[in-house]
Amino acid sequence: MSAFIQEARLKRQIWLDMMFRGATRISAFGVLVLLAAIIGSLVIGSMPAIEAFGFNFLINDSWNPVTENFGALVPIVGTLVTSGIALLIAIPVSFGIAIFLTELSPQVMRRPLGIAIELLAGIPSIIYGMWGLFVFAPLFAKHIEPWINDHIGPIPLIGAFFSGPPMGISILTAGIILAIMVIPFIASVMRDVFEVVPAMLKESAYGVGATTWEVVTKVVLPYTKVGVVGGIMLGLGRALGETMAVTFVIGNAHKLSMSLLEPGNSIASALANEFNEADGELYTASLIELGLILFFITFVVLSIARYMLHRLSKREGKAS
Amino acid sequence: MIDIYTRRRITNRLGLIVSVLAMAFGLFWLGWILFTLLNHGLPALTSTVFTQMTPPPGSDGGLLNAIVGTLMMTIVGTLIGTPIGILAGTYLAEFGQRGWLAPVTRFINDILLSAPSIVIGLFVYEVYVVHIRHFSGWAGALALAIIVIPIVIRTTENMLRLIPNTLREASAALGAPQWKTVNFVTLRAARAGIITGIMLAIARISGETAPLLFTALNNQFWNADMENPMANLPVVIFQFAMSPYEDWQRLAWAGALLITFSVLTLNILARILFRQSASNH
Repeated sequence: MSAFIQEARLKRQIWLDMMFRGATRISAFGVLVLLAAIIGSLVIGSMPAIEAFGFNFLINDSWNPVTENFGALVPIVGTLVTSGIALLIAIPVSFGIAIFLTELSPQVMRRPLGIAIELLAGIPSIIYGMWGLFVFAPLFAKHIEPWINDHIGPIPLIGAFFSGPPMGISILTAGIILAIMVIPFIASVMRDVFEVVPAMLKESAYGVGATTWEVVTKVVLPYTKVGVVGGIMLGLGRALGETMAVTFVIGNAHKLSMSLLEPGNSIASALANEFNEADGELYTASLIELGLILFFITFVVLSIARYMLHRLSKREGKAS
Repeated sequence: MIDIYTRRRITNRLGLIVSVLAMAFGLFWLGWILFTLLNHGLPALTSTVFTQMTPPPGSDGGLLNAIVGTLMMTIVGTLIGTPIGILAGTYLAEFGQRGWLAPVTRFINDILLSAPSIVIGLFVYEVYVVHIRHFSGWAGALALAIIVIPIVIRTTENMLRLIPNTLREASAALGAPQWKTVNFVTLRAARAGIITGIMLAIARISGETAPLLFTALNNQFWNADMENPMANLPVVIFQFAMSPYEDWQRLAWAGALLITFSVLTLNILARILFRQSASNH
């Protein structure tokens, strides 16, 4: 074989290498372009609304397609409140599940139970919505809401949040269903971060006579604090953007009310319900601006989540 | 006055009981939802569901056009999203050690991974549907592809990182160029894990409703042309479940049962596959 042919072959391989590396790099760069395109298109799409309402859009609580007066306050509050309720329920439950899966469960049961919880995350959100509307909401209206009305409603100060018509369709219902949906996300992150705690650390605590509960709350939890917060933020990100499950049960009422038992609206469900029917440039643009706000909020929340989880894994890398 | 040992023992017992209850709480919802689906869905799941089109209210029909539409858009979405995802994931794991691109992409990708899917629908509407002026199956598939990409990137990178460096070094020592090393050694070794990721991505998009609302919309008739608005199970379920007609609601339950069990089966299969390949190593 002559040196000339060999050199040509080598050149070909170098060229192929460059091509391949280039292709992977372009794909990776494509992710950044995608993000820029999403933000760009949402900003351009919502321009008419931004020009018409300016900053007022965020604090205006009316939503009137006839007079074309739009404000985002009601859906923003609805999104935040439902996600808040979801976290209030989901955090302690996920914590319990994570403790169970890492400390209490017999070894053989760990995997199947872990998968069962993850399957809860696999169920499509529209199924949660349907189940919520046809099964959960009627039961909630019949048995739980009257009880809440009678027992928590009369209490001064917090009572106002808990009195309203027992219809089953309410902000509270949406929050509870969101909680069930985000439990698997938070629980599996918590389980994963609990598992990275060095066994020696836990054994030392057991060795000096700590109970399981003390080991979990005073050794495991402080050690994994950052990761746990990251997991919670991840769950919050999910809850904020969840669309279909909320759309079924929140009632889609554009009004601001104190009571959690009243119907309300969230950003995602306003979009799902109204976008296809919206006529007029300003109406469409206002809905797109809602989408932009939603994307901005989740972006911030998810960034915090990633930062926290990253910090934990970095410390993990240093320790080992 | 209870002494400190008893108090600690009681706290411990209480805490652990609560955690068992939390576990039961989680499983309870899973059981309840699955039971409801079987309860309402099985009686509605007749053979006409698979042979007839979605009906107008008040008459008999099935979900054939919706099932086919979902399959087509899921397949096309996966075919578009997977290659891009694998290439980008390969970059992050194999070539991205230096420079700013890899860490920034990784961060952005993790955010896109949990970004609200309805915003993706809005995006595709803005950049595609508005310009062609009608809803279409292609737009739906595009929205689904955008959801697939981050999932595949994430699993590809994670799986490639599990491959020991000695394998890469062995290949390089034999004189293989880098593209061959990556394509024929590392990617092949990580194959099972990457396939798992793709299966999870398929499971995720086949139940997605929100991104299809503004892109594929729905179609009451038989349609295999992706240029036109396309029926799909999730949107049909949404529309039928929200309607006041009982036969529509029945079909919605049948569709819900179909979709949930396919998604859960995919999820479980993916895990079994991954576990088998992991134990082979």
